[in-house]
Amino acid sequence: MIDEVVIDRVLATALRTGGDFAEVFAEDKRSSSALFDDEKVEELTSGRDRGAGIRVVVGDTTGFAHTADLTEAGLIAAADAAAAAARGGGGGTQVVALTRRTADRGYAIETYPEDVAKARKVELLTRADEVARATDGAITQVSVSYGDSRRRILVANSDGVLAADDTVRTFFAVSCVATGDTGMQTGRESIGHTVGFELFDMYDIEELASRAADRALVKLQARPAPSGQMPVVIASGGGGVLFHEACGHGLEADLVAKGASVFKGRVGERVASPGVTVVDDGTMQREWGNLAIDDEGNPAQRNVLIEDGYLSDYMWDLLRARKEGRASSGNGRRQSYQHLPMVRMTNTYLLAGHDDPDAIVASTDKGVLVKHLGGGQVNTATGDFVFGMTEAYLIEGGKITEPLREGNLIGNGPEVLQRIDALGNDFAMGPPGTCGKDGQGVPVGDGVPTLRVSSLTIGGTAA
Amino acid sequence: MSDLLDIADRIVALAADGEQVEAVVVRGLDTEIKVYEAEVESLSSAQSQGVGVRVVVGGRQGFAYAGTLDAEVIGETLAEARDNARFATIDEWAGLAEADGVAVADLRLYRNALADSSTDAKVALAVELERAVRAADQRISGIESAEYVDSLSEAAIATTTGIRSVGRETSCYVATYAMASEGSDTQTGFGFSVGRELAELDVARAAADAADRATRLLGAQKPPSERVTVVLDPWVTAQFLGLLGYTLSGEAVLKGRSLFADRLGEQVASPLVTLVDDPTDPRAFTATDTDGEGLAARRNVLISNGHLDRFVHNAYTARRAGTASTGNAVRGYSSTPGVGCMAVSMRPGTATQAELVASVGDGVLVQDVSGLHSGVNLVSGDFSTGAEGLRIRGGELAEPLREFTIASTLQRMLHDVTAVGGDLQWLPMNASGVSLVIADVTVSGA
Repeated sequence: MIDEVVIDRVLATALRTGGDFAEVFAEDKRSSSALFDDEKVEELTSGRDRGAGIRVVVGDTTGFAHTADLTEAGLIAAADAAAAAARGGGGGTQVVALTRRTADRGYAIETYPEDVAKARKVELLTRADEVARATDGAITQVSVSYGDSRRRILVANSDGVLAADDTVRTFFAVSCVATGDTGMQTGRESIGHTVGFELFDMYDIEELASRAADRALVKLQARPAPSGQMPVVIASGGGGVLFHEACGHGLEADLVAKGASVFKGRVGERVASPGVTVVDDGTMQREWGNLAIDDEGNPAQRNVLIEDGYLSDYMWDLLRARKEGRASSGNGRRQSYQHLPMVRMTNTYLLAGHDDPDAIVASTDKGVLVKHLGGGQVNTATGDFVFGMTEAYLIEGGKITEPLREGNLIGNGPEVLQRIDALGNDFAMGPPGTCGKDGQGVPVGDGVPTLRVSSLTIGGTAA
Repeated sequence: MSDLLDIADRIVALAADGEQVEAVVVRGLDTEIKVYEAEVESLSSAQSQGVGVRVVVGGRQGFAYAGTLDAEVIGETLAEARDNARFATIDEWAGLAEADGVAVADLRLYRNALADSSTDAKVALAVELERAVRAADQRISGIESAEYVDSLSEAAIATTTGIRSVGRETSCYVATYAMASEGSDTQTGFGFSVGRELAELDVARAAADAADRATRLLGAQKPPSERVTVVLDPWVTAQFLGLLGYTLSGEAVLKGRSLFADRLGEQVASPLVTLVDDPTDPRAFTATDTDGEGLAARRNVLISNGHLDRFVHNAYTARRAGTASTGNAVRGYSSTPGVGCMAVSMRPGTATQAELVASVGDGVLVQDVSGLHSGVNLVSGDFSTGAEGLRIRGGELAEPLREFTIASTLQRMLHDVTAVGGDLQWLPMNASGVSLVIADVTVSGA
């Protein structure tokens, strides 16, 4: 993307006012998407985003500038702007010796989406729409979307790091509206992996479409969710976002450093029930949050955050790690070259336990089974978090009875981690997610086995 | 800024026979300053630009965008949009907007004063914000964020159907999240102030709001589950109105995704509810001269004394619904125009929040909500959101409450509005807020 000699000169410019650290992050991203809605191929969109972000760190101050102009002149201008923003003191010439790091994700992309005819992508959309509509006459609207992206990045910094990556992601989703006597309900299914068009060899689109339709249809019969505290069983693969919110964000070192986390100062302490092991793992092959290197040039890692109930470590980006005199954990990520990196999750999951998933439901007298969670949100300073249930059922006398309408569940992270009283042996990763910390969206994955929280507050309207 | 219109004109001039072409060209200069412990934590200042090209030919629409104004890439973008159009289904209503003769108001949304402000002055505001929060109360234990953000943006739209529009605007805000602690208890509070130039920012108020909201929640407990009357803070009402706006979009209506689709002319809300979308009110943070298709922005009354009067439309949905665009095309350069409300507000009443609290007697003041995106289904109307706030007892604010949800349905909440406050607030979003009293909402807690 950029010559090494140019990078050297840009880094030297960035450090001309005496910065402690300088970095060039260049990105060239091509994306394509197709939307089928209301029985029509509504549109195909192609996008191109290319540019570089340059940051300079002086003491505790970071200066940042970005440019869409990847010529040497454009990069030098951005480096000047970043240096001015950081306002260093001294100055002088610094020479950086760059060492190329290899980025290996351990598998190859089989079919680059750019090599697939647009007509083939449109066929998938049409097929999914047909299948969803054929499921039942009550399906009154269907929207199907396809998206792919290829993102090439290059990171170089004054520590001598020079690393590059080429990441391909492919995504597909079906959303249905079902209409009945009780009004309208929605059902959605999505798949997304860090792979090319082989995504469609991994999944059956027709099955996905009928599951989305079923999810909407089931809710036509649903009763309002209960209101108040009760045991909640989360189904395998459906609820990893629980851990993303309940503890993931609170274990991000930038929030910890500001005292904005209930997990501050608790490394080594018991923070969860025995048997609870939570991992953030950017190396999980083909998963939606997979990385070869993070957006600061560090190799992705498997990081154990909570081990058998004990807090083992936080997640780190380069700046926080430098301050603490330790290595980054490979969690420095950013939405695009227009954004500063910060500590972000990759694929966050809870390891399987030994319980039989059916027995977990059977041993629950009165509670809620959440098969599929929507998004969530957490206040890391208080630990209070919410997450939405998009498919849930009432459990009565150990049996799954009626479907429930949508709603949020609310809990407190540290409390919920201590209340996990059953862990299934059936781990699965869930659908692709987008984490929106500070308004920056990055792709993340999550996974859980079937598990039970002994008490959570269900935010419904029924007594 | 005419250079943006020149670029748009040049793209449009490349239209082939029988082809409609629309070019949207934008440029922005954004500054973001974060302060921590009286030092600049990060200062980001960057120019961005982009172009979006829409082609409609034979009833088929294609689109492409690029985050650059590089001439070679613009050529590729037009070619991609053309190619993409080949795969769309023929749609008899597809097409660009056409000039409708509605005059574009000059709202003076661009202020040279902001463009001329020094970085030092902006840093000083952020530093002062953080200092003022810390100084506001001894129980303030930390600042999660204190920031100053501004944006200078310009856009030009040209089409083969005769639209040529340019607009530019400035905006700025300060915002902070404060933490308050007492013993092992920590609570947070948010404060902000918005404007179009530095002189309009009220840093002291932003700081006081954040400190007050955080400290008054100290000692908060989980309430019991019950049905109560709630008073929504303006900040919460604005988020509620933003969601409601979606259900009144012509696109949601035409595609069978609006719970109000068949209810035009009916009483859908309490007679106290009059809802207006008015991007021509310059006080609105999202005020704009023109919409995303280059038509004049305009004032639209959506709900009048509880009667559903109107849905909002862009050119496509209006054509399909047999009506005229209401000037509600919303988009960035990287997407085709959608339909949405641009600056929603509820006609304010006269009561202060304290008067509303007194009139309620017993209930809950909701000062913040979380998880609106995960707990509200805009198609079914199911509404459930995390909340924190204060108990209202005997007409007075009493003990703080946290870790509960409030739930109802959008349909019922509109009918259950029993009072609208006079405390209209302009917020950094596409809706403004007032204190709003809603009866019969389920609180889920212990």
